[in-house]
Amino acid sequence: MENEKSKLGWKLSSIALGSVLMIGAMAVEVIAKDWGKHQVDNRRSGYTYMTDETRAVQDDDFENPGMLWVENGESLWSTAGANGKSCASCHADPDKDMKGVSVSYPRYDKKLGKIITLEQMVNRELVEKMGDKAEKFDSKKMLSLMTFIGTKSRDMPVNVKIDGDANPFFEKGKAFYYERRGQLDMSCANCHEDNPGNMIRANTLSEGQINGFPTYRLKWQKPGSVHRRFKGCNKQVRAKPYKAGSDEYSNLELYVKWRGRGLPGETPAVRN
Amino acid sequence: MAKARVKAPKKAKAGDIVTIKTLVTHKMESGRRKNKKTGKLIPRHIIDKFTAKFNGETFFSSDWHGAISANPYMSFSFKASKSGEFEFIWHDEKGEITSKKSKLTVA
Repeated sequence: MENEKSKLGWKLSSIALGSVLMIGAMAVEVIAKDWGKHQVDNRRSGYTYMTDETRAVQDDDFENPGMLWVENGESLWSTAGANGKSCASCHADPDKDMKGVSVSYPRYDKKLGKIITLEQMVNRELVEKMGDKAEKFDSKKMLSLMTFIGTKSRDMPVNVKIDGDANPFFEKGKAFYYERRGQLDMSCANCHEDNPGNMIRANTLSEGQINGFPTYRLKWQKPGSVHRRFKGCNKQVRAKPYKAGSDEYSNLELYVKWRGRGLPGETPAVRN
Repeated sequence: MAKARVKAPKKAKAGDIVTIKTLVTHKMESGRRKNKKTGKLIPRHIIDKFTAKFNGETFFSSDWHGAISANPYMSFSFKASKSGEFEFIWHDEKGEITSKKSKLTVA
């Protein structure tokens, strides 16, 4: 600074320059922040876009309200269905049997000939193996089972298959992502690819990664499925949302999950 | 019936200040929300009192009103002096009571 001051000879401009340099240095510091496991290459989990307070709630399993659903799911795991079988009858050790499951869904299903989400897979098991009714995506039972299964894939990298039979559906999901829709004529990419980190009204946009789903959303005051989140996004651009479990959203889920490849499973994540 | 979770230490030294964390499941219906289909207000239904007792003696209590989130979390401190039993009680507006006990041994 001393050298620059004598060169410029003008005190005021050197102060101005000094502050410009300082702001520059601060900006670099923010960009270069080390997010540890929550960042892979240039992809950042929604965790990194939250406030410190929200992150603290997620980090402490006791404080994390999503864990209430996990506990419920744990007890449901060994609760028998209509024909006397429970989840535990086949998957006796969920710690092992369900490891890495949620980070590898949605998958291509040969029987259906299309993409199947984990919710639909759970429903198939409930109906065919246990003789129970199919659950809605955001019913208490489904969310409990989903969050419980999700915790078994914590810190495991998101890894969905997009080649082979799954590829045409992946391409459909990608097309959906970049397609403008609704009265506001916006695509998913307009917010989540072009503007992560910027404010949209009072909210900070994230990259729209889904590695922490089902996510406990403070606004919802309960966990919610990925498809519920998609519906919310579609409504906000004033488009008519599709139904939870529709092919459009299943394909989109596959594509969006792939965008977060390598990010750790965070279920149940806490977001605002 | 609401489900409660409590994290309180099992052991402490005399004079230690221990932190107790509690969490309870409750929808905490504010009474301001409308049923989307009928347009009618959903009646208020919240927990309005929380009490923490040690050996039957209240050492911490709070009155809750509207604008408290669903599944409320509460954390507070306690100075350990002798062994005994904690009891945490949540009073629902409709008279439903949820309680949970936890033992503390002071060495």
